[in-house]
Amino acid sequence: MIILFYLAAAIAIISTVCMVLQNNIVHGLIYLILSLLAVAIVFFLLGAPFAAVLEAIVYAGAIMVLFLFVMMMLNMGQHSVDQERSWMGGRVFIAPAIMSGLLLAQFLNVLRDYEFELVPTEIGVMQVSSLLFGPYVLAVELASILLLAGLVSAYHLAKK
Amino acid sequence: MTFEVGSGLSIGSILFTVIIVAAMLIWVERRLLSLWQERLGPNRVGPFGLLQVVADMIKIFTKEDWVPPFADKLSFVLAPTVIMIVILLSFAVVPFAPGVGVIDSNIGVLFVLAMASLGAYSVMLGGLASDNKYALLGSLRAAAQMVSYEVFMGISLLGVVALAGSFNLREIVLAQEGVWYVIPQFVGFVIFLIAGIAESHRLPFDIPEAEQEIVAGYHTEYSGMKFGMFFVGEYLGLVLISSLITVLFFGGWMGPFLPPIIWFVIKASLFIAFFILLRAAIPRPRYDQLMTFGWLVLLPLSLLNLMVTGAIILSMQ
Repeated sequence: MIILFYLAAAIAIISTVCMVLQNNIVHGLIYLILSLLAVAIVFFLLGAPFAAVLEAIVYAGAIMVLFLFVMMMLNMGQHSVDQERSWMGGRVFIAPAIMSGLLLAQFLNVLRDYEFELVPTEIGVMQVSSLLFGPYVLAVELASILLLAGLVSAYHLAKK
Repeated sequence: MTFEVGSGLSIGSILFTVIIVAAMLIWVERRLLSLWQERLGPNRVGPFGLLQVVADMIKIFTKEDWVPPFADKLSFVLAPTVIMIVILLSFAVVPFAPGVGVIDSNIGVLFVLAMASLGAYSVMLGGLASDNKYALLGSLRAAAQMVSYEVFMGISLLGVVALAGSFNLREIVLAQEGVWYVIPQFVGFVIFLIAGIAESHRLPFDIPEAEQEIVAGYHTEYSGMKFGMFFVGEYLGLVLISSLITVLFFGGWMGPFLPPIIWFVIKASLFIAFFILLRAAIPRPRYDQLMTFGWLVLLPLSLLNLMVTGAIILSMQ
């Protein structure tokens, strides 16, 4: 279990870094999908199968498909790869690297005093949904109103 | 070694059987189509032409494995493997008979839907990597079609899930002890059937690869075994959809007298034959007709079905 967890976590981190460093936008997207699927496995191993499968359906299966769809419409070829390469010089990475380094240091500092127990209890679909439609029903309704607003505005823009 | 869920014997025999069946379906489909069109079909190689598949395999394996120089190598090689992996993984949660299956997952239905949504990458990456107008057009169509029909596929299943009270496919089969869900969930069944054909993009919904308009669509540039994987992947999808319909709506392995696995095979084969008959009988709709039908007919219908099912379940309690 623990080995699987660290393996999935390592894949998630490495593929995310590869996604950032990638010049070819389609390859970058494939790395991002890989990273999302690895995160889904991490969720699953931590005892949240519902969150894991939603991560695969919603993020990897729907949102990323739309990204790829837009990329196909724009059909960026060698030109965009060259442009990206000219942008991704060594100096661009300095500021983000410093900031992520600081964040990592803080993160490690917080984690140092934290007691770990990697023996997760499984939270099934039933428990998650009874919470979503019980105490958190207002948040669910608000989210659906937000989605409806998005739908209506997309329709309006498409009509123009 | 014994036959039980998740044992090596069970996993091995399921994997082997599913792939062999998918390959043999190429011959079955050609023979059945020719039967319905009053032709003979492939009957030269071996008895009844049974060895036609072997001949095709020898040909496809010895062909040059060609990647066009203008293609994007990573995505081009990745695309055909995605469809095979994703569909074979979906078979992991299908309960074939008591004790025969790979895993009893509490998120079985969701897992199948997740795999179906990942399957869209195969056709999209294949078309995009080919750097070919027809391939790009085909994969654009495929993307829109698969993303749309995934929605109705998911919603049409929710009625069954609500009735059974579980996402576990084995429990869904066991909940159909009294009456098969095709009777209370007939609308859901029809929507799932249509969405299933669209999802595996077979005729009459093979718009992403319509030969008469866009050569071969997303797999125009593919040849050899890479094309073979797309091809076998399509038949694997057909077997998967038929198995899922059997499990979700027709009581899975249940039936009198005969052993459970035989009942499962009979039911699934009937649906496979039905899908092949559809191919022989129905012409292809236009692309905009397909999308309009999906969003204006299937979506409201599946939502209505879910609401009515929910209301009835609540009032029965």
